[in-house]
Amino acid sequence: MTTVAVKPATLAQALNRAMRDAMAADPAVHVLGEDVGTLGGVFRVTDGLAKEFGEDRCTDTPLAEAGILGTAVGMAMYGLRPVVEMQFDAFAYPAFEQLVSHVARMRNRTRGRMPLPITVRVPYGGGIGGVEHHSDSSEVYYMATPGLHVVTPATVADAYGLLRRAIASDDPVVFLEPKRLYWSKDTWDPERPTDVAPIGRAVVRRPGSGATLITYGPSLPVCLEAAEAAQAEGWDLEVIDLRSLVPFDDETVCAAVRRTGRAVVVHESTGFGGPGGEIAARITERCFHHLEAPVLRVAGFDIPYPPPMLERHHLPGVDRILDAVARLQWEAEG
Amino acid sequence: MTVLEQRGAYRPSPPPAWQPRTDPAPLLPDAEPYRVLGTESAAKADPGLLLRLYAQLVRGRRYNAQATALTKQGRLAVYPSSTGQEACQIGAALALEERDWLFPSYRDTLAVVARGVDPVQALTLLRGDWHNGYDPYAHRVAPLSTPLATQLPHAVGLAHAARLKGDDVVALAMVGDGGTSEGDFHEALNFAAVWQAPVVFLVQNNGFAISVPLAKQTAAPSLAHKAVGYGMPGRLVDGNDAAAVHEVLAEAVRHARAGGGPTLVEAVTYRLDAHTNADDATRYRQDAEVAAWRAHDPVELLERELTARGLLDEAGIEAARQDAETMAAALREHMNRDPEPDPMDLFDHVYADTTAQLREQRALLRAELEAEQEQSGAGERPGAREGGTR
Repeated sequence: MTTVAVKPATLAQALNRAMRDAMAADPAVHVLGEDVGTLGGVFRVTDGLAKEFGEDRCTDTPLAEAGILGTAVGMAMYGLRPVVEMQFDAFAYPAFEQLVSHVARMRNRTRGRMPLPITVRVPYGGGIGGVEHHSDSSEVYYMATPGLHVVTPATVADAYGLLRRAIASDDPVVFLEPKRLYWSKDTWDPERPTDVAPIGRAVVRRPGSGATLITYGPSLPVCLEAAEAAQAEGWDLEVIDLRSLVPFDDETVCAAVRRTGRAVVVHESTGFGGPGGEIAARITERCFHHLEAPVLRVAGFDIPYPPPMLERHHLPGVDRILDAVARLQWEAEG
Repeated sequence: MTVLEQRGAYRPSPPPAWQPRTDPAPLLPDAEPYRVLGTESAAKADPGLLLRLYAQLVRGRRYNAQATALTKQGRLAVYPSSTGQEACQIGAALALEERDWLFPSYRDTLAVVARGVDPVQALTLLRGDWHNGYDPYAHRVAPLSTPLATQLPHAVGLAHAARLKGDDVVALAMVGDGGTSEGDFHEALNFAAVWQAPVVFLVQNNGFAISVPLAKQTAAPSLAHKAVGYGMPGRLVDGNDAAAVHEVLAEAVRHARAGGGPTLVEAVTYRLDAHTNADDATRYRQDAEVAAWRAHDPVELLERELTARGLLDEAGIEAARQDAETMAAALREHMNRDPEPDPMDLFDHVYADTTAQLREQRALLRAELEAEQEQSGAGERPGAREGGTR
C-alpha cells in the first residue's frame, strides 16, 4: 500500500480517525465507555466524537465495566455496532463474565442467529510509568476464550486499518491498544487513511535470514531496535509483527521459521502460560525439522506487573532479546 | 462537634445548589404485596384476560410436571421447575406486546413458551442437544440465561438501542431473588435508570437461592425497595396472583413505553418443587412451610375467582385440563425421539468466517466420525452425514 506523508500522525490519532470514519460510514456504530464523551477518553482516543456525532453515538456511561459491556450486548442484539472502551487493561476484569459468558458465545449459542459485532478496546501493557492496575498484559485471557478475535496494532497505519476491520467484523473483537505506542508517530496520512490490515494476517516488518523474532504490539519497536543492533554482531534478524493473536497466522510464522531455522518470541506478557508458549508449541509442531535451535521466549517475568520505578527491569529490552538470539547456537552455523 | 471541627480543620458545608433530584416517597413500594384476586379489585378485571391467564396457568403447571417427569426418564439433563411460580411467568409474559423483548433466566421456560416459542425448542438447553433451541428474533426472546443476572444489562442495552432508533419497544428482564445479589443486577438497574431505558425488571422472589433463604440474601425490607436507590419506582406484588402480576406488569410496561423509564417489580412467590431435580429441598425447608404455600396455589386462586364469578364451570376446568394434556402428550412424544445433534455444528458457529485452525479440527473430527462409521459398518450415525452442515 502507499500512503502520502503529509504530516506525521500518532497511533492515538489513527484510532480516533478510524472511529470517526466508521461512525460516519455507518449510523449503527456507537462508542460507549467511561469518560469517552466530553473528555474524549483519558488518552484522548475518542476526542471530538461526542461533539461530532452527539452523545447518543458517543456516550459517557456510568462507571461500571460489566454494565458497559453488558449493555453493549443488548445494543448489538438490536442491530447496533458498539465500540466499547475499557479505560485500562486491569479495569476490564469486572466485564470478564460478560465477555466470556455472553459476548464470545452468543453466535455459537444461537447457531449463528445472534452474532454480536462488538469491538472491545482495551489499552494494555506497560512502559508508561503507570501505577498498579494500569499496565497489565491481559492478552492471554482473551486468547483462551473461543469466539473472540484478539488483535493488537503496532503501527499507526495498522491502528487505523485494524480498528476499521474490527468495527466492521460481525464477530466480537478484543482490540488491544499498546498504551506506550499511543504517542508514537509515523508518516501516515491522516487525511487519506488506507485500510491495510486484515484480521488474522501477520506481516514481516523486517526481512532477515538468520533468525526470526516473532512479536506484536508494544514489543515491535523493541524488536526492530534489537534487529538493528544485531547487525553489529553479524546476525541478520527477521521481525514478524503478528497483529492478530486470534486467529493466528501459522502460515506466515511458519514460512519465516522454515527460512531462518531459528525463532524467538518476544512479548511483555508473562512467560509461564503466556502467548509465547502457545506460539513456540505451534512452531515446534509444524517446523521441527527446520529448526536449528529450540524456540526461545523473551517475556515479562512471572510476577504481578511491577511498580513503575522497577518496570524497566521487567520489560523485555534490546539486551535481553540479543542474549536470547546469542543462545540460538550460532556456532553451529559456522 | 468532632475534634476536627473544633480545630477548624474541617468545616462541612453542603455543596452549592444541592437538591435531592426526586422525592423518594413515590418510588417506595407498598408495604404489602398488591393483590387483585379475592379483593374488590377482582370485579374490575377483564374476564377474557382472566380466562386466558387461567388456560396458560393450567398448561404451565402441566408443562412443569411433564418436564420434571422427562428428567426422571433421562430425556432432560436437568429441569428447574417453576411449579408455584406460574402466575409470575404467565402474568408477566402476557403483559408484553408482540414487538417487545423478553430476557429470561433458566427457570423461565413458561414465560418463553407463553411468548410463542415451541415447547420442545424451549427445552433444548436443558435437554443438552444445543445451548439454545429457538431463533431469538422470531419471538423476541433472548436465550435462557444460566449465569445469574447477566442478562439484565442486555435488556437495558436492547431497550436503549430501540429507543435510539425510535421504536417503542419495551424489554422485560426476569431474575430470581438470589440474582439480586449479583453485581450485574446493580449495574443493569443503574444504567436503566440513568438512561431512562424502557425496561421492566421482574424479580421472582421464590424464597430461596437453591438452599439459601431470602433472609441470608438481603437485609432490605423488600427487594422492591432496592428500586429507590436507583431512582426508579419499586412495586411489590403477590406473585401467585396472576391478575395482580399482569396488572402491575402491564402498568410498568405502559410507563416504560411512554418514556417514563424503568420499574422494578418484586413478585412474592414460592418454588413448590426443589431447585432442580438434582436438589433435595427437604434439607433446607419445612413441610409446613411448603404446605402453607400450597394453600396459596396460583392456579387454584384464579380458579376460585373465575368459578365464584360464574366465568368457569366444571366443563371449562376440564377443557383447560384437556388442552394441557394434549400439549403434554405432544411434548412427551417429541422428547422421546432421540435428538440428532450434528457434530459438525461444533465448528460452524464459532466465528462468521471459520479460522484455519478450526478447519483443521473440523477435518480431524470428520475423519474420526468416518472411521467410526466404517468400524460400525455403514451405520446411521448422524455425525457422519455427507456435508454435515445441513
